Amino acid sequence: MQQEKAQTTKQRPSWTFILQIFLTFLKIGPVTFGGGYAMIPMIEREVVDRKKWIKPNDVTEVFAISESVPGAIAINSATFIGFRLAGVRGAVAAMLGVLLPTFLIVVGLSMLFILVKDNPYIEAAFIGIRSAIVALIVYAAYKIGLTAIYDKTTLTVMVITVAILFFLHIHPVLIIIGGMGVGILLVQIRKKLGIFTAMDKEESKQKAEIV
Amino acid sequence: MLLWEIFTTFLMIGFVSFGGGYAMIPVIELEVTKHGWMNTQELTDVIAIAGMSPGPIATNSAIFVGYQTADLLGAVVAALGMMLPSLFIILIIATFFFKMNKNIFVKSAFYGLRPIITGLIIYAAIRFAITNNVVGTMNWHTASLLGIFALSLFALIKIKLHPIFVIAISAGLGIVLYY
Repeated sequence: MQQEKAQTTKQRPSWTFILQIFLTFLKIGPVTFGGGYAMIPMIEREVVDRKKWIKPNDVTEVFAISESVPGAIAINSATFIGFRLAGVRGAVAAMLGVLLPTFLIVVGLSMLFILVKDNPYIEAAFIGIRSAIVALIVYAAYKIGLTAIYDKTTLTVMVITVAILFFLHIHPVLIIIGGMGVGILLVQIRKKLGIFTAMDKEESKQKAEIV
Repeated sequence: MLLWEIFTTFLMIGFVSFGGGYAMIPVIELEVTKHGWMNTQELTDVIAIAGMSPGPIATNSAIFVGYQTADLLGAVVAALGMMLPSLFIILIIATFFFKMNKNIFVKSAFYGLRPIITGLIIYAAIRFAITNNVVGTMNWHTASLLGIFALSLFALIKIKLHPIFVIAISAGLGIVLYY
């Protein structure tokens, strides 16, 4: 197969293959609603089942890594797969492919919104929608909280974060970077002291079973 | 230069954009209000439209903010700003075959990060609830907004209704109640 040859011989991938990558991810874009996670099964079906570009095991790893990289998991996964298939050009092609339909739809909706936002029906609808958006954000917090908050330490960190944001007005970017630093420091110190740290919910469960 | 400001703002957000789009809402809110591009209520509408569009919430919001602030070019630079950090980091990881999710430093960084992400989203929820009068002095208007909020949350958690339907139903309720 063309793409395997491109990978194994480390030749420069052909532009037709780059175009094929672009078109594949272009197709995935417009049919998914509800955030990046909805795209994951689509990507899997397309690159594992249909195109057989990536093995099932490898794609799981790609998704796992894409979650740890900043940015949307769907776009990250596409970029990662594109890179594996055809280097930097493949990465850029996949990224643009997955982004372009979304981009056009959002720009289209923005134009539409600016045109209709003063219409009294739309204004009334958006009063209702804004309450639903608050619910959506609470729901997002609830879902991530289910896996992120599993002991006193994680709960304390969460409460302190909310308090800092409200009362100290520290830039959230600094809190995020600081949090990563504190995480690394804390685990290292506890390791030196010989204290085990359950670094996610799974480990916390395992620890509970051992104890 | 407005375009440059938009680009660098979203470039910075792109570098810390962990934990699904909702965690970035307070960061985007702080930046757009600081630059005077939008107020918090306008940003709520942005999030609504981002949620109605296919694709990731944070990227969609960035595109919308860029478009509202500086038209099509604004949207392009906002999207590029959000994308480039991810591209850059993925290229580094993929080139060096870095086993990111097994690395102890990455794991412990996420140990610190996850509860903070949760805190950020809770903060965003409280801020948006206050700005959009979901909480406040009790009168008929606030009570009805609180009702839509409670109904939406129930539909999301208990009935597992898809967000797009929740938005559609609340839009219908909005027209019935407030027109």
